Amino acid sequence: MKRSRTLNRRSVLSALAAAPLISCGRSEAEHRFLTPAEARALSAFCDRLIPPDGAPGASRAGVVHYIDIQLTRRFKRFQPVYQTGLASLDDAARRGHGSAFAALDVAAQTALLEAMEQGKDKPFFELVLAHTMQGFYGSPRHGGNRDGVSWTMLGVPNPPVRGRLHYEV
Amino acid sequence: MALQKVNAVVIGAGAGGGIVANQLAQAGLQVVLLERGRNYSPWDCRKDDLRNQRTTILGNAFGPDDDREPRVVVDRNGRARTIPPSDGAYSNNAACVGGGTLSYGAMAWRFHPKDFRMRSLYGAPEGSTLEDWPIAYDDLEPFYEQAEWEIGVSGDESASSFAPPRRKALPMPPLPPTREHLILAAGAKKLGLQAFDIPMLRNSVPYGGRPACMRCRWCVGFACEVNAKCGTQNTVIPRALASGNCTLRTESIAKEVLVDDQGRATGVAYFDENGRLQTQPADLVVVSCCAIESARLLLNSRSRLFPRGLGNRNDWVGRNLQGHTYTGAVGLFEQDTYDDVGPGAGIAIRDYNHGNPGLRGGAMLANEFIRLPIHFTSVIPPGMPRWGQAHKEYMRRFYRRSIMVQGPTQEMPMFDSRVQIDPEVKDHWGIPVARLSGGRHPHSLEIGAVMAKKAEEWLRASGAQQTWLKLAGPGLSGGQHQAGTCRMGNDPKTSVVDRFCRVHDSANVFVVDGSVHVTNGGVNPVLNIMALAYYASQHMVTSWKGGGLR
Repeated sequence: MKRSRTLNRRSVLSALAAAPLISCGRSEAEHRFLTPAEARALSAFCDRLIPPDGAPGASRAGVVHYIDIQLTRRFKRFQPVYQTGLASLDDAARRGHGSAFAALDVAAQTALLEAMEQGKDKPFFELVLAHTMQGFYGSPRHGGNRDGVSWTMLGVPNPPVRGRLHYEV
Repeated sequence: MALQKVNAVVIGAGAGGGIVANQLAQAGLQVVLLERGRNYSPWDCRKDDLRNQRTTILGNAFGPDDDREPRVVVDRNGRARTIPPSDGAYSNNAACVGGGTLSYGAMAWRFHPKDFRMRSLYGAPEGSTLEDWPIAYDDLEPFYEQAEWEIGVSGDESASSFAPPRRKALPMPPLPPTREHLILAAGAKKLGLQAFDIPMLRNSVPYGGRPACMRCRWCVGFACEVNAKCGTQNTVIPRALASGNCTLRTESIAKEVLVDDQGRATGVAYFDENGRLQTQPADLVVVSCCAIESARLLLNSRSRLFPRGLGNRNDWVGRNLQGHTYTGAVGLFEQDTYDDVGPGAGIAIRDYNHGNPGLRGGAMLANEFIRLPIHFTSVIPPGMPRWGQAHKEYMRRFYRRSIMVQGPTQEMPMFDSRVQIDPEVKDHWGIPVARLSGGRHPHSLEIGAVMAKKAEEWLRASGAQQTWLKLAGPGLSGGQHQAGTCRMGNDPKTSVVDRFCRVHDSANVFVVDGSVHVTNGGVNPVLNIMALAYYASQHMVTSWKGGGLR
């Protein structure tokens, strides 16, 4: 299990076509930073923050994609935080339930996150919460809010700047 | 090697500097206008909700970039942090041609006559340097009017008896009301509040050769792609350049005002767009870099007569840093308040700017500009889960059924809320950076809390089913409304510039921006800065005797 991050990512690239990541409703492009295990944990994490219902949840809307892209750009400084935070979440899941976080049922996942929100990993929880909201409700141009799903859900026009169409209101 | 001498160097192409540059150029002076940022055209506009002047999650849209211009911020426990411009604590104002006026919300308030007499009217609370201005509303009145007509303002305050007196109506009518506006207008009527159409530096009809607002909601924080928002970048600065008497140099970083042994400025040292140190000699130097950067530049300009920085003999440069204490309330409604029509804020009251029992001043209250979805995620009532199905349901149900009302409480200035030069940290060019420290006066918070209650009452009367308050914390103020660091006054011992914005003891250096504000008004400050720029320019022009000031 001690493969290097580079090797790990390379193996993802080669394995991608054959084994699309299970975390998303549609096939996810290869991740730039996250390992497959990290992406699975993060995907489940985000879906508890913004769960699927009549409208897509966070992962389906591309939130993991948004975070992954930004982790190689604006959020570079958070790379170690994500590595440590997601590993610790999986550790907690294994200790309590014997399997990785993504494999737990919704109730168990929610309980773990509620504990995290109150515990020593609160800063990581807050970071993921903020990034998830950005990825879900922010502009699709940054890799989240796929097809403007959240804007459709809210009844906001997409693209959002219609201006002249409303000129004669 | 020094560049060819000009009559005036204006540092900073924002609200103040843009106007001064044009007024001097129109009077025939040769002017160089230095701007540290870039020059954006309306076609550079990007409506990016994660990267704009108000939401900097993915960086600043209008400068400065994160990698070259840090500041140091000292928190209330005395801990210093070096932070980039996109950090909220940086107190950034846009660094670009037009400064804040390229992307602002564009409210165009005249200060209230009482705002110039705060100490006489109310007395300074303990721990505050609250003071009167050395000039009165009447001194500025003609220049408010000049700004309103030359830059362009739409709106109509005439429904309010609390509006400052004016001789001439605004040049443009208000935009038609939005749904939110009508809901709040009905509520104001019930309470007997005198609501009116906010004066805005925005074309409601074609004006100044530019088109009318297209009513998009992505206004405050963004540049306008149809160029309907009136800033200095699309009014006075192009006029200055067209006069043939003004040269604009962008990406030019002022290092210091050069001062001779007699205390006269001889010019400005700056780094040009290629990072080369240049010396621009001039008869006259105008500092218009916004409250934090103007103070920093003066403090970095040391000379024989001013060893602690230009104009800083008495340790007042950088003091009294203030902004506004924004407070208000949120209301949730049963019916849709959303109609997808911008620009957002449109209705306001000035009933509580003054005359609040036991309080020194108050605030204008208005509906908030925008609630883009990303903003609304954290606009939740107390006790509401911040995530999960309940939060998603809340977003779905109330995004289109909410109104925010808020206002900028006029702050009690504090001597120890200040800009200094950091002893260690330097920017990309090797210039010592600004170090910010201090906090808000308790009375500012007290006034803010009362204003929040007033906002809540207004929302209730307008039919809000659930309301809650948005209050302010005690941390340092500043931000886009930063002001106060080069106080205007008659006594050189307790101020930095005289009543004409001229630095005490220095014959040819002026500071023209929010720095000179003694107090910052209970309204957005930009029109006041513009009026001061016209006012100070008039003084410079009438004092000008080819080759120097009289």
